Amino acid sequence: MNDTRKAILNRLNHYQLKYSGIESDAKAKQTDWGLEEKVKRFTARMQAVQAEVHEASLETWPEVLQEICHAKAINNLLASPSTRWGKEIYADAKRFPSLKRFQQPVEAWKTDFFNTIEAAVTGSAGGIAETGSLILCPDMQEPRTLSLVPPIHIALLEKKRIYNTLSEAIHQQNWVQTGMPTNVILISGPSKSADIEQTMTYGVHGPKELIILLV
Amino acid sequence: MAINFRKNAAKALKQDDIQINLKNVVSRLRDHRSAAFTDAALFEQLRLECKSIRERAVFRLPRLLEQLEGNLLRNGIQVHWAETTLQANQIVLDIMQRHQATFLVKGKSMVSEEMGINAFLASHGIECLESDLGEFIIQLANEKPAHIIVPAIHKNRKQIASLMHKYFPEMPYSEDIDILAAKARYFLRDKFCNAPVGMTGVNFMVAETGTLCLVENEGNGRMCTTVPPVHIAVTGIEKVIERLDDLPPLLSMLVRSATGQPITTYVNMISSPRREGEQDGPEEVHLVLLDNGRSNICGDMELQETLHCIRCGACINHCPVYRQIGGHAYDTVIPGPIGAILEPQKAGMDRYGELTQASTLCGACSEVCPVKIPIPKIINRLRWEAVRQDTCNVSGSCPARKPLEAVIWKIWSQVCSNPGLYRLLAQLVTRLRNCIPAAIWQGWTIARTPPKPARTTLHERLKAKGIDYE
Repeated sequence: MNDTRKAILNRLNHYQLKYSGIESDAKAKQTDWGLEEKVKRFTARMQAVQAEVHEASLETWPEVLQEICHAKAINNLLASPSTRWGKEIYADAKRFPSLKRFQQPVEAWKTDFFNTIEAAVTGSAGGIAETGSLILCPDMQEPRTLSLVPPIHIALLEKKRIYNTLSEAIHQQNWVQTGMPTNVILISGPSKSADIEQTMTYGVHGPKELIILLV
Repeated sequence: MAINFRKNAAKALKQDDIQINLKNVVSRLRDHRSAAFTDAALFEQLRLECKSIRERAVFRLPRLLEQLEGNLLRNGIQVHWAETTLQANQIVLDIMQRHQATFLVKGKSMVSEEMGINAFLASHGIECLESDLGEFIIQLANEKPAHIIVPAIHKNRKQIASLMHKYFPEMPYSEDIDILAAKARYFLRDKFCNAPVGMTGVNFMVAETGTLCLVENEGNGRMCTTVPPVHIAVTGIEKVIERLDDLPPLLSMLVRSATGQPITTYVNMISSPRREGEQDGPEEVHLVLLDNGRSNICGDMELQETLHCIRCGACINHCPVYRQIGGHAYDTVIPGPIGAILEPQKAGMDRYGELTQASTLCGACSEVCPVKIPIPKIINRLRWEAVRQDTCNVSGSCPARKPLEAVIWKIWSQVCSNPGLYRLLAQLVTRLRNCIPAAIWQGWTIARTPPKPARTTLHERLKAKGIDYE
């Protein structure tokens, strides 16, 4: 193993040509939209790929969430009890469908998780206006599969955390300096595919619906 | 053994359905792409930025690979190096056997195609299940992908419907694309849930942070990297980039060039396996770094640009040759213009040298390339490498040199560098303009009028007008 590594690196070092060191100064212009414009762009991009975007406020979001659960006839909702949003949800549990927790490693309940959970709600680390993307940094409270396995993914996003671009998010959140989260995921719409005749179909392997609550 | 490109191409040209299916899909891909780049000046600017990022990465390749390895190990991701595809396969097999795994679910990966991992593991009783919709279809049909982004590009919905019906007769026949996709979802969901190992490729590896970045639309990639207890990523050594800051421009260029979307549904950045206290994610993440001829391309200033490729497939969609013959005729992992320069350099000119002829040098490929690879220039260079008399700089011998051709070009160069001789011959050709044997045109005149020399030479006509610079 080490021999292979050494052989490849030796060959590369041997071949290595001198780098001109000339960096292109062509850097994409940094955009700077106002909050309203960012929300508008984020929403338009998301809707273009069949995501639902609901405007709410810090006071009204539980009500909007309740309505969504009702309208979609969701029977159970996977949510963390310890996040900022989760605490509020659990505090007022009776207005929501039966609440489920991710309280043990996924292996312990994989089949159940895959087959019975209808929807999951998560927070988000931010949004990107340019591309219409959610930024998720799953952690102990909100595991990676929350936004992947249930057929409906509902995400809460604070408007003030919508960045102009991915570059801006990388810098504002200090990913390089503080170390990357274990898994950063950008999500732009429900799962989709155009593998058959370049015709778009939604809900392939990931969530069939992505619903965003802007607060 | 050398491939027989001409024979494959001739065969493909006779298959009408391939032509129709390709034409439809390829033109859609091209339309989507051009709609995503409406501002030519911005496009050019971004292209320059991406080119310089990739150039910097390839120039610093050995250093970046060591940095990447260091950071990945620190993050808890295991790194394996493979000189050949056989070694890479063996590494994967060892991991599978250590976990007593009998099957794996796989996200789309061209490097895994290069390794031939499906067949290799099958010979050891291990099943690889393709989970990308296009790859899933291709696997059912027992074929190879015909395109690097849209593997089943050559199949229409009718063909896919009957294929699915053959394998899943319990589900009613349908040509509805939503239903076809739902069938794949239904079948694979259980597999994702129970798979002991997931395998994927990688789009970019960030040296600075030790991060593997994958893009996809379906969610099958995330299933493979997240749900099974073990994730194995396989990729070529050239996929490394230096900084996290290099990622956004490349991502934007890759996705828009490939499909015209502003971004894929999922961009998955993996920097670590499951950490203490986390409830999911793989317990083990492995990265297999494959060389397989790539490092040999680094020694030449001009050819090195081949390694800048980010595998968007735009050159393929814009190639008039690919559009006519499809991906299978190339008989390579990567088809199209980029395949025609990459594969001969990796596997040897003796095997794939003929692919350098699969081009009209029209330049469409380099015009759309998001990292400005001068593909026609490299094709020309490889054509020369294939016939040069002294040592060939590219792996594999130089098999295309024909003695008769060499003599003819020798004479040509003599004639062109001797004015007296040149004029004599030019006069001779104009006088014999009606006697040129049809045989010398070979295939050229099947669909073209043969060119006919003028009555008199240019020199004679100028002289007759009183112009004489000599």
